[in-house]
Amino acid sequence: MTTFFVDTAGIMLVLPLVAFLMIMAVGKRMKLQGAEIAIGALAINTVWATVLFVMNMTEGVLARTTFEIARIGTVAGNEIVFELGWVVDGLSIMMFFLVNLVGLLVFIYAVGYMHGDVRVPWFFAAFSLFAGSMLILVGAPNLIQLIIGWEGVGLASYLLIGFYWEDLDNVRAGNKAFLVNKVADVGLILGAIIVALAVGSFDFQAINVAAVEHLEALSTVAVVGGLLLFLGAMGKSAQFPFHIWLPDAMAGPTPVSALMHAATMVTAGVYLMARTFPLYQSLAEEARPWMVAIGAITLFGMGLLALVADDIKKVLAYSTVSQLGYMMTAVAAGGYTAGMFHLYTHAFFKALLFLGAGAVIHAVHSNNMSDMGGLRKDLPVTYWTFLIGSLSLAGIIPLAGFWSKDEILATLGHEGYTAVMWIAIAGAFVTAFYMTRAVALTFHGTYKGHGHPHEAPRVMTVPLVLLAIPSAIAGFFSIPGVSLPGIGNFGEWLAVREVTMGDHHAEGIQWALAGSGIFAALAGIALGWMIFGKDRETQQARDGFEVPVLYPLLRNKYYMDDLAGGVVGGTMGPVAQFVNWTNTYVIDALVNAVALLTKGLGSFVYGTIDQRGVDGVVHGLSAATDGAGSALRKMQSGRVQQYAASFVGGVLALIIVFVFVT
Amino acid sequence: MLLNQFLILAAALFALGIYGLLVRRNLVLILLSVELMLNAVNINLIAFESVLRSSLAVGQVFTIFVITVAAAEVGIGLAIVIMIFRNRRSANADDLSLMRW
Amino acid sequence: MELFETWGLTLIVFLPLAGALLIGLLPEGNELAVKTVGLLTAAGAFVLSLVLISQFDFSAGPYNTYQFEVDETWISAINADYHVGVDGISLPLLVLSTFVMVLAVIYSWNHWDEPKRPKAFLILMMILATGMNGTFVALDLVLFFVFFEVVLLPMYFMIGIWGDRTPRKIPGFARESETRIYASIKFFLFTLFGSAFMLLGFLALYFESGKFGESTFDIVELTNLGAMGSFTGTFAFLVFGAMFLGFAVKVPMWPLHTWLPDAHTAAPTVGSVLLAAILLKLGAYGFIRISLPILPQEAVSWAPAIAILAVIGIIYGSLACLAQTDMKRLIAFSSVGHMGFVMLGIATLTDIGINAAIIGMVAHGLITGLLFFLAGSMSHRYHTREMSRLGGNIKLLPVMGGILAFTAMASLGLPGLAGFWGEFMSLVGSYNPLDGLPVGVFRTAMVLGAVGTILTAGYMLWMLQQVNLGEPGAEWEGKELHDVDRFELTAWVPLIILIVVIGFYPKVIFDTTTDTVMSLVDTVFNSETVASLGSGG
Repeated sequence: MTTFFVDTAGIMLVLPLVAFLMIMAVGKRMKLQGAEIAIGALAINTVWATVLFVMNMTEGVLARTTFEIARIGTVAGNEIVFELGWVVDGLSIMMFFLVNLVGLLVFIYAVGYMHGDVRVPWFFAAFSLFAGSMLILVGAPNLIQLIIGWEGVGLASYLLIGFYWEDLDNVRAGNKAFLVNKVADVGLILGAIIVALAVGSFDFQAINVAAVEHLEALSTVAVVGGLLLFLGAMGKSAQFPFHIWLPDAMAGPTPVSALMHAATMVTAGVYLMARTFPLYQSLAEEARPWMVAIGAITLFGMGLLALVADDIKKVLAYSTVSQLGYMMTAVAAGGYTAGMFHLYTHAFFKALLFLGAGAVIHAVHSNNMSDMGGLRKDLPVTYWTFLIGSLSLAGIIPLAGFWSKDEILATLGHEGYTAVMWIAIAGAFVTAFYMTRAVALTFHGTYKGHGHPHEAPRVMTVPLVLLAIPSAIAGFFSIPGVSLPGIGNFGEWLAVREVTMGDHHAEGIQWALAGSGIFAALAGIALGWMIFGKDRETQQARDGFEVPVLYPLLRNKYYMDDLAGGVVGGTMGPVAQFVNWTNTYVIDALVNAVALLTKGLGSFVYGTIDQRGVDGVVHGLSAATDGAGSALRKMQSGRVQQYAASFVGGVLALIIVFVFVT
Repeated sequence: MLLNQFLILAAALFALGIYGLLVRRNLVLILLSVELMLNAVNINLIAFESVLRSSLAVGQVFTIFVITVAAAEVGIGLAIVIMIFRNRRSANADDLSLMRW
Repeated sequence: MELFETWGLTLIVFLPLAGALLIGLLPEGNELAVKTVGLLTAAGAFVLSLVLISQFDFSAGPYNTYQFEVDETWISAINADYHVGVDGISLPLLVLSTFVMVLAVIYSWNHWDEPKRPKAFLILMMILATGMNGTFVALDLVLFFVFFEVVLLPMYFMIGIWGDRTPRKIPGFARESETRIYASIKFFLFTLFGSAFMLLGFLALYFESGKFGESTFDIVELTNLGAMGSFTGTFAFLVFGAMFLGFAVKVPMWPLHTWLPDAHTAAPTVGSVLLAAILLKLGAYGFIRISLPILPQEAVSWAPAIAILAVIGIIYGSLACLAQTDMKRLIAFSSVGHMGFVMLGIATLTDIGINAAIIGMVAHGLITGLLFFLAGSMSHRYHTREMSRLGGNIKLLPVMGGILAFTAMASLGLPGLAGFWGEFMSLVGSYNPLDGLPVGVFRTAMVLGAVGTILTAGYMLWMLQQVNLGEPGAEWEGKELHDVDRFELTAWVPLIILIVVIGFYPKVIFDTTTDTVMSLVDTVFNSETVASLGSGG
């Protein structure tokens, strides 16, 4: 019975793809326009994933199934074989569980959200493809299958971001996401080639074993290969400076954002780092400080951007980027378990927040928080679940986010990245601040939109509630030093791997550190509440933050009370504005400039080099032949006596040659 | 030795022929010039034959050949000239630049 | 079956020619009979090639042994034989050729470019089929050359008669000429230019082989001589160069590619499809079958140059794509880039690289063939190929738009579809080229090739954005545009299925090729002679 689920785990990789094809074929004719197929596939998957998850908790599951799809030749005596298959271990089971469970809830929610929208069957088909690709990715036993899933996720996101393709802006957003990812994928592909050829196999197990055993051929290329793989991970996980595609990706329907940010797409990079963790742990150590630095820039810099966004989805998007920075920093610093645990808790509360935002958008028909406010009473379920998600994200004890963030801080401290640890604590402050702002502007104060908002239908609120539960309690599975009787803890589940690695596990809660984290979060909430909490009936409260003058604080008479907060708010505002400005006018402009330049280069290469240069040579040759013919044919005058004269002249010339020269 | 005088005569005749071929415009006269050149060759052949005295009388045999071919050639040539004259009312070589690009 | 063993290949090659004769005897007016005969011959050749697969012994022996071999005296005066046979390298390409031909005939059923005349067109297609099939099985240089050139003629007439009639100003010439005239002459002269040098190379090999016994054109014997290191020095260098010119024009490699966009743009739909799917493969096949095994040392010295040209082709072709306004021309330029990957694979002189080239060729044949089908069908409907006027295609013609999106994704090398393997593996191959080749050059090529994949994605997405997405232009409003018809679907669905199957299960190709390719590299490049003679380059 138990082995049955392990042996057939591959069904999870196949079902969503089958669903994709079935919806394309018959979706239109079904009652829910194909949603039932998509949900059915993921429901079956969830059963499998849950069984495996529970099995792994209690006894540990480790299995792999592969079959050869190609034998392509030899490199340095090693026969290179491509395989597909699936690996079932602690890491992949966790991802299976996450993707399927969150995916299922988002799919159910989408039935309500997409009701009456255009192309519903296509939406669910592409959605199934999205989930299926991610499952192929996380179940991959080797880099080849990972790349297949990786690009499949990219394709599905392209299709879903550009879902409303009548508007070319959405298409451009999709193109941007695809191309930015493609740039990073070059790193993934080259890194995969370099690492795999050194080891002689694309198989993760072989690579990890080689890394642990310090294989000579691998150690020389490990840093380069590791950094290239990291480049790929940066693209998918939207690390600075590849984060630019993510905010634009909000062009898709909100359930897409929820799935993309929680479980399916952006976590792929972190997952890749975790999958190849032994490589970084044992050989590519010189690469790690760089990776930590990237993660730190991302977690703090991108968090600031969330402070000034008006679009609620963009606030959440920047928040995701920032949280991915936490995960990346943790994994890069050596905290494999900490990073993955944050990925796990984050998946729940971020999906919850996006779905909550979706419910709000569904109610007020606008993405902008300046059209919201005071929705607490009209949308009670949404409000309370959103609040739980926000507090969890902010890192308030005892919600899930606190435990995972605390573990990251502990890891950073333990590995000696003290400065980064303080950045992470500052990041926690920023996180709490912007989430408070989002909650306050959306749910408190008075309503500023049009019409009368209504709570979302049951099909949408039930997933919210179901997601709020793990957002609150998921953290208890990884209290430092605590191993629950019979089921152990998260670190132990995750440690069920073919190659075990020694990352750091804290023995107990470091209260000083945890206290700093909580303090930062509370300070952020307090400041946020002070600025945004009391709705002042006007736009001034909002604008006051966005205009880099302390105007609103002087205006209302709380400046004494708000002094501390005012200074912080006053400096944070411009800093955030500056970061935002840099983002739009430097990094993004650079990307656009690259695109324009490439386009211009294309015109130059085609117009000047190809048509004038290369083809010009061809035309020149033929024109020269043509011209020579035109010139020479004039000699044929048709006058017989001219011919005779040339004949005689020729004979005379010959006579001269023979008589005088020889 | 009497060879040089013959050769000088033949050369003079040949030169006359070339002159006529190149400058006369009348087709009949051009044909006659060609005949002059052929006969210059004939004189050369006979003259060399009389010096070399080959057992097969090659010079005389070739002379007869040339005379025969020249007769045939003049026959066809005059026929063409007559046809051209009938069709175009002219025997001027300059009017006949049809065969060109 | 005994009979098939000896006559099977000949039948596959000459059945289309017989079909052409039969079509020639039928009255022009009886279109149905003409088409039926055409379809039956093409299908016959395809079925025979399937029989060939079923009879093929996949546990191939050492390199340079062929199956279904026939070796009869042909022109005894110059010792040229009718020598044909297949091995793991030629089998996939032969089957691709017969397969695409069937689809082309099916598609033609009700899609004739002006001035229609199905009888003449089908005769040309059948002659083309004979030429292409023959090239893939010929084992004698003279025979190879004859088949290689036979291909030219029908394609010349296809472009020249059924091609695009738009007048075109040719730079350097005072007069305008129709695109089809210009393109067909350019195609013919360009290829002939290369072939002339190729023939010189063949003749030189013939005379040089006389030093080691009887002079021969036989590829098998020449390969044996080559593997023994018989051809060396300046002589071999020049011979390789001459053959390089012939094959490189056909591939086409930068900077000998300029006939390709013009020919493709001007050609009728089926002509473009056959050109892209099969004709381009003849050149790369020539490299693998003739240049590398017969002149291995020279292959080593030429390889870096080939790799550099290939990478230039990849980047250059992709950049040129970004400047196109004509959809068909864009697809044509994409071929320059894709064939660059094929040549990069060959230039590595490794089993992985050559394998990459073969699967790259098969995938390119399927994918770009399908793209040209689509471009042709779309210009049938919209009567324009200007991408700026198209747009919202997926709204007007949902099925066709969907297939176009799929094919574009396949073309940009999406993993899980056929196009990925060729690109990926030629990058794998160029990371570790044959010992003795300059690793730096090849690794730079690998990085640039990988950058090329970004550009490929860029122009394909850009094309989709312009053609497929957005709102349709006002000029199409109220126009009667019919979505794909039966014949189009019948011709395209097999291609789509194969693209997916090869994408997820490339074993179908590699099972045939890998052993042969490995033994090729092993015999030719890893033998001791090459190690002693070739490493100096």
